[in-house]
Amino acid sequence: MLPESLENALRKFAQKYAPQQAVGLKALYEKEMMDHIRSRKFQMILILVLITSYASLYGAISGLSDSTSEYLFLSMYTTSGNSIPSFLSFIALLGPFVGIILGFDGISGEKSDRTLYRIAAQPIYRDSIINGKFLAGASLITVMVFVMGISIGAIGLIVIGFPPTVEEVARIFVFLLFTVIYICFWLGLSLLFSVVCNNAATSAMASIGLWIFFSLFMSLVASMIAGIVYPVNTQMQQLYNSYANYALDLNLNRISPYYLYSEAVTTIMNPSVRSVNVVTMQSLDGAISGYLGFWQSVLLVWPHLAGLIALMLATFTGSYVCFMRQEIRAK
Amino acid sequence: MKENMIEIRGLTKAYGEKIAVDHLNLSIRKGEVFGLLGPNGAGKTTTTLMLLGLTDPTSGQATIREKDCTRDPIDVKRMVGYLPDNVGFYTDMTGRENLYFTGRLNGLEKEEIERRADELLERVGMTEAADKKTGTYSRGMKQRLGIADVLMKDPEVIIMDEPTLGIDPQGMRDLLRLIRELAEQDGRTILISSHQLYQIQQVCDRVGIFVEGKLIACGTIRELGQRMERAGKYTLELAAEPDNEALMQLLGGMEGATSVERENDLILVRSGSDIRKKATLLLAANGYTVLQLRQKGGDLDEIYSRYFEQAEEGERAAATEREKKRAPRIFGKRA
Repeated sequence: MLPESLENALRKFAQKYAPQQAVGLKALYEKEMMDHIRSRKFQMILILVLITSYASLYGAISGLSDSTSEYLFLSMYTTSGNSIPSFLSFIALLGPFVGIILGFDGISGEKSDRTLYRIAAQPIYRDSIINGKFLAGASLITVMVFVMGISIGAIGLIVIGFPPTVEEVARIFVFLLFTVIYICFWLGLSLLFSVVCNNAATSAMASIGLWIFFSLFMSLVASMIAGIVYPVNTQMQQLYNSYANYALDLNLNRISPYYLYSEAVTTIMNPSVRSVNVVTMQSLDGAISGYLGFWQSVLLVWPHLAGLIALMLATFTGSYVCFMRQEIRAK
Repeated sequence: MKENMIEIRGLTKAYGEKIAVDHLNLSIRKGEVFGLLGPNGAGKTTTTLMLLGLTDPTSGQATIREKDCTRDPIDVKRMVGYLPDNVGFYTDMTGRENLYFTGRLNGLEKEEIERRADELLERVGMTEAADKKTGTYSRGMKQRLGIADVLMKDPEVIIMDEPTLGIDPQGMRDLLRLIRELAEQDGRTILISSHQLYQIQQVCDRVGIFVEGKLIACGTIRELGQRMERAGKYTLELAAEPDNEALMQLLGGMEGATSVERENDLILVRSGSDIRKKATLLLAANGYTVLQLRQKGGDLDEIYSRYFEQAEEGERAAATEREKKRAPRIFGKRA
């Protein structure tokens, strides 16, 4: 235990030499965290997400008896029970909603509450406002995703009574990491809209529109474009074009973070997935069927990870640049 | 001579074609209450935002205690408190929590924050409502909390944007008293931007009249009044008995009088020089009893409208000038 005088002296020293940026960022980060945790809308989505995850766990456990997988523990996350989708597909679909809820009124809310002027007039760097918002959202997402993922595992463990291997734990960890980045992408995107749109409702609509487009319609658009570029209507066309058609379709789909994420986590959580691209009969020739090792699976989705991180950074950078360039001015 | 706290030199802000602030020069002394007066859209808020470094000037420079507002915004914001027009708070936090948050943003220590918040809440009379959520506050309460919020960082300079808007008379008196107190007891420099002349007149040491981005007059209220007189614009307000048409004609025929008109039960005589003495003698000589006689020009309302008229006239002249220049070009294009 430090003597009090020394402690005080140390604190004073830290206060004097701590960069102003850190002071402002810390205060804003704490405030944002508190705001989120207290807010009705966050509590609402938390309950929604918890209910759906446990429902999917219930479905998975009831469907588990038919499973032939050697990775029983992972199956809890990937198996869909009768009429209840798996935890994986639930998160892929609902995760963006969490990110959007946390970010859509980030800056526009401050503007409409007229608090932005007051905050901007304090001795802080302007970027700490948006950094604080993103970091608070990202931390909350991280905590939420890991708590949820681990609690599903814990409950599952009690129910099935079958412990996971180290490899399975590692796979679950990577899966949760992907989930965090995926949801942070949506947080960044909704923050971007909250900077660009002055109205919280417009910003929410824009984010939700993109979410629905990427989750539901992107595959239709991709197959349509692929069909136009490489038509496969006649047998002749099929002979020549089907490979290119499929490859283009796949690559277009991968523009959508929803698809990218789904593909990556399916590969990670399902060791029997051996390739994410088109596999021809030739390349399968002589192959021995078996499971991929952990690092092999990770290697397979490395580009996906890079892509998702890039998308997340792109949206956050976009919101950062827009916010910094935007003039705080009188209306 | 006290030192200058705020120095503005050639400050200009243009939004595309529109010039919001046009080569503004202004010095404000330490401990002074300065009123920046002007109609809506005159560029007052833009000026205050430039002083805080929130908006970058197109050209020119503003310094507060020798710190450049554009280059050192953090240092400037450390000593300047800003009360925006229609101040907003985080509605799901209490008044006290909002103050704590401001304290933390200023890097104050926890004990210091709590001590100051208690003291300031007391000072603005918000102790009772301090632990209610700000979402339930009335406008006057928000304004008072806003002042406490500004004082959290113990600023040397306070900038207030339309502080008197939408406050009831009692709140107004409290606010004006507080402003005077902040300047006189604490020695803070206060810049108030407003379009409400009457209130500002009561608290300001000096005022600047700001129209279309230009500062058209600056000085104490008395100075402005005198300058108006020197400009050769006098208005005599009088009432006499018997009040009849002959009186009007008599006054109109006076040397120096440019116009005579009736406003309710008073007669207004405009002239190019001081005609008080002459008018009194003339009326007495013709058997009239003077009931009331007053040289107008002492209050701000009048000064303001006079200056404003002048500026408008100038603007109109400039506009016609521009119109004349533009006209041939338009025809040229058509041809």
